[in-house]
Parts: sequence; structure tokens; C-alpha cells
Amino acid sequence: MLVINGIEKKFNAGTVNEKVALSNFNLSLAEGDFVTVIGGNGAGKSTFLNCVAGVFGVDKGSILIDGLDVTKLPEHKRSSVIGRVFQDPMMGTAGNMGIEENLALAYRRGKTRSLSWGISNKEREIYKEYLSHLDLGLENRLHAKVGLLSGGQRQALTLLMATLKKPKLLLLDEHTAALDPKTADKVLQLSDRFVKEGNLTTLMVTHNMRHAIEHGNRLIMMHEGRVILDIKGEEKQQLTVEDLLKRFGQVSGEEFANDRALLS
Amino acid sequence: MFDIILGAISLGLLWAIMTIGVYITYRILDIADLTVEGSIAMGAAIAAFSIFNGMNPFIATCLAFVGGMLAGLVTGILHTKLKIPALLAGILTMIALYSVNLRIMGKANLSLLRIDTVFTPLENLGLSPTNAVMLFGFISVMAIVGLLYWFFGTEIGCAIRATGDNPQMARAQGINTNNMIILGLVISNGLVALSGSLIAQSQSFADIQMGIGSIVIGLASVIIGEVIFGTRNFFNCLISLVLGAITYRIIIALVLKMGMPANDLKLFTAITVAIALSLPVFKTYLRPLKKSLRGGDL
Ligand SMILES: Nc1ncnc2c1ncn2[C@@H]1O[C@H](COP(=O)(O)OP(=O)(O)OP(=O)(O)O)[C@@H](O)[C@H]1O
Ligand SMILES: [Mg+2]
Repeated sequence: MLVINGIEKKFNAGTVNEKVALSNFNLSLAEGDFVTVIGGNGAGKSTFLNCVAGVFGVDKGSILIDGLDVTKLPEHKRSSVIGRVFQDPMMGTAGNMGIEENLALAYRRGKTRSLSWGISNKEREIYKEYLSHLDLGLENRLHAKVGLLSGGQRQALTLLMATLKKPKLLLLDEHTAALDPKTADKVLQLSDRFVKEGNLTTLMVTHNMRHAIEHGNRLIMMHEGRVILDIKGEEKQQLTVEDLLKRFGQVSGEEFANDRALLS
Repeated sequence: MFDIILGAISLGLLWAIMTIGVYITYRILDIADLTVEGSIAMGAAIAAFSIFNGMNPFIATCLAFVGGMLAGLVTGILHTKLKIPALLAGILTMIALYSVNLRIMGKANLSLLRIDTVFTPLENLGLSPTNAVMLFGFISVMAIVGLLYWFFGTEIGCAIRATGDNPQMARAQGINTNNMIILGLVISNGLVALSGSLIAQSQSFADIQMGIGSIVIGLASVIIGEVIFGTRNFFNCLISLVLGAITYRIIIALVLKMGMPANDLKLFTAITVAIALSLPVFKTYLRPLKKSLRGGDL
């Protein structure tokens, strides 16, 4: 579903601040793979997801989604096959627009927008239905401005928006990191459910090792812009946090450095 | 006195069109677009020159609208494709338009006295010049409010609003934010130029200087409208803008009447806008003060 061939990404190339965020990065996901991504601070996890989403171009290599080479495609065009939820709950929704308007924007992802109404009555019923599944009472607040919602509600809504039009690829970048533990669990459960129901190919970055182990069918660990561990299937199911830390030490020759990971 | 108010209302209706244009960039797209200073004068210049040379005033007015749209297009391309910051892109177009407008008119000002304008047919029906402007202004403003209310409810209109609200989210939902910014600037400056062309025809006079300070007048009208007449929903916003533009004109007419020298007008407007824009800051200072005055900890 997703094939990444030796991509490289440098920031501030040619200056003293040059930073190689991804180097010779390879990865290939099968359809329906739910991959959790962990790694220390600055390992390049966000950069990797942003390269796939097209937020910025890559310096080398190619990215294929479902056989289509998207390496040169601008962000808004790639969006037709990619659903995204960001770390910052503010980032995934338009705060000055209503809940239904946000959903209507997402409903039209990948479609050429015209001068027909931005939202129809028929859609409203669909949205109500979907929102009721979130179990947050949002189905009765279709007109409410999204800016009035809590972080958790916004993330749940963003998740719904990301999957409303079934994406070929779902990218979750620490999408529960800004939430309190209880809300984070709820949003994680929702993510699990949406992924399962839609059999969505998913990449989920998390700093929480336990989450990385408990969710998904495959786990990759990144370090200095490369994949240094790739654990699947049976082996992933047996995995513990201690294992993971030990194996990181073996592969990288360093101690795992993510200020947040060890706390949780 | 009554005449002054009527005059202010009729002029306010024409400025309302410009105010709506400013609102589209300033509030919807979240861009302070200085192109308007040039495009309002451009609208006046195009209409005045074309009418002066015998063109049908209605066609001339449409031409002014198109001219403004082109100005917006230039700023849009400078900003989105050439990555020039929006404020600077607007300033560049504004400065360029100063020369362009001089080229269009051939001189710094042009009189339309005793030449037919879009208001003449109404005057021929027996309306006074002020009433003719008022009626024509009212009809145009209502038509524009209706059109924009519809437009910003369409898929494209919603995409423009999303772009101004959260461009990152908009791109993630497949919206070409660059194109939406350009489109918004095009519509905005088209309206501003239309307003300029009507203002010039109502005062039978086009002047190369008439754009100076217009962005501040537009902002003042937007803020006055929002504060006094509310922003409950989009329709309410649009109506507030119109009423804000009229209120601004009435305020100006009154302070002039009370003896303020006309030369101080721009200073007065600038101070008004500065105060209005800084209100949120004052509010944050005032809140703790109120709290301590009340003595409670709520
Ligand atoms: N826009 C940018 N400009 C310059 N350097 C950047 C930029 N974005 C990321 N970097 C650098 O690239 C490296 C990888 O950053 P990235 O954000 O991908 O890390 P991450 O794995 O997501 O880390 P974290 O766990 O802290 O979110 C870091 O050294 C970072 O400083
Ligand atoms: Mg990150």
C-alpha cells in the first residue's frame, strides 16, 4: 500500500544548521497494516509522516501510495488518499467553523469543489449518525463552533474527519500526546475501532511504548532518521517495554532518549 | 443637519461595498491586504476615464470591477506563487497601481461634472442626486450581500473560509489553499474597485489620491459594524458591515460638522482604529481590575 524507497530529507541544506532528518529511509506497508512508530526526540518521526503527507518534498528517493508515485504531488492532492490527525488538537479542524461544516469539508476531500451547497441536509443526517458513534454528545451540536470543543473532542472529530472518506493511508502523529490520560485512552480506542472497521493502512507515531506495543500489528523504531527496528506478527505480540529498550540499546549502541516515553 | 445625515448614509452605502471587500481579506482570509488602497483608486480611474470618453457608465463600472479583480490577482500571485509575505505583496501592488492609475487617467484627477453616470437614470425619474445614490447604493449592496451569502455557503466558499481559518487543515482536506487565497483576493479587490468607481461617479470626480487611508477606513467600518451590530452568523456579519460603513460616515460627517478640520480626519480615523484594535488588550487589563473591585475571586 505504501512503499518508500530510500528517501532523504535535509533541513537548511548548505548552511551551518544543516540537519539530516531522514537518510536512506526505506519502508513498505501491506494493505491493512497498522504500524506504530516510536523513537527518541528528533529521530525524524514527524518528518517521515510529513514527507509522506507532502507537507514538504524529499531530497531523494520516492514515495508510492497504492502503486501511485506521489513524490512530486503537492500536499492538497495527496490528501485525497491520506487522512491525518496531528499532535496539536487545534491543527486538524477549523475552529471558527461549525462541527458540520468541518465534517462537510472532510466529506469533500478528493473531490473537485464546485458552486453547489457546501453542505446538504442529507449529509447532516449522516454526520449525526457518525457523531453519535463517538459518544461525546456532539450529534446535538452540529452548528457549534469547533473552537468551543475540548482538545479530546476536537481530536475525536479530527479522527472522524480523517476517516469519513475512507483514506488509503491514515497518519496519526502523536495524536493523543496533548490529551489527559483518560481522554487519550478514549481517542486511542476510537482510533483502533476506525482502523479495524475500515481495514485502514495506518501509521501511528507515539511516545508511549505501552501504546506502541498494545496497538497495531507491526512496530518500527526510528533513530537518527532511519528505521532501526521492525517488529511484526507473533514477535510483536510477545513484546514488552523492557525488550524494546534492550533491543534499542543493542541496535543503536545508545540509551533510549525520549523524555516522555519513559514516564509512561 | 438632516441633509448631512442623508448624504452620509448614501456615501456609506457605497463605502459598504469596499468594507465587504476588506472583510473578505481581513477577517475571512486573515490577511491585511493593502492592495485595496490602489484598487479603490483604480476603480475610480477606470470608470471615470471610460465614462469621460463616452462609454456606457454601467459597462464602465463593470470594467472597474474587472480591473480590481486583476489587481487582486497580481497580489495573490505575488503572495502565493512567489512567496512574498501578504502585507508586502499588497504594498507592492498598491505602489504599482499608483502609476497604473495615472496612466489610465492620464492625469491626477478627472471631473465627471454634467456627464451621465450610473445614477443618472434614477435622477431622471425625479430623485434628488443624494436619493439616487442612496437607492442605487442600497440595491447594489443588498445584491452583493445576497450573492456573498450564497457564495460563502458553497463548496468553494467554504474552502476559502477554511483556508483563512486553518490553512494546514484545509490542505489536509484536499483544498488548494493557494488558489483559494488568490480567489479571495480577486473577489475582494473587485468589490473594492467597484466601490471606488461608484464613489467617483457619485462625487463626479476621480482622484489619484483617493485610495490613501482607505484600508484604515475599511477596517474602522468593519470593527464599528462588528462591535455595534454583532456577528451572530454570517448574514448578520454582512449586514453589520454595511451598517458599520454607514455609521462610520455619519460619525465623520458629525465630527466635521462640529468643526474638526478636514485635514485631521485621517489622524482621527487612525486613532479610532488603533483603539478599536487594541480593545482586547485593554480588556485583559480591565478584567483583573474588575475582579479586584468586586472583591471576589470569580
Ligand atoms: N522545519 C524544520 N527545520 C529545521 N529542522 C527541522 C525541521 N523539522 C524538523 N527538524 C529537525 O529534524 C529532526 C527530526 O525532527 P522530527 O520533528 O521529525 O523528530 P520527531 O522524531 O518527530 O521528534 P519528537 O519526538 O520530538 O516529535 C530534528 O533534529 C529536528 O530538529
Ligand atoms: Mg514529532
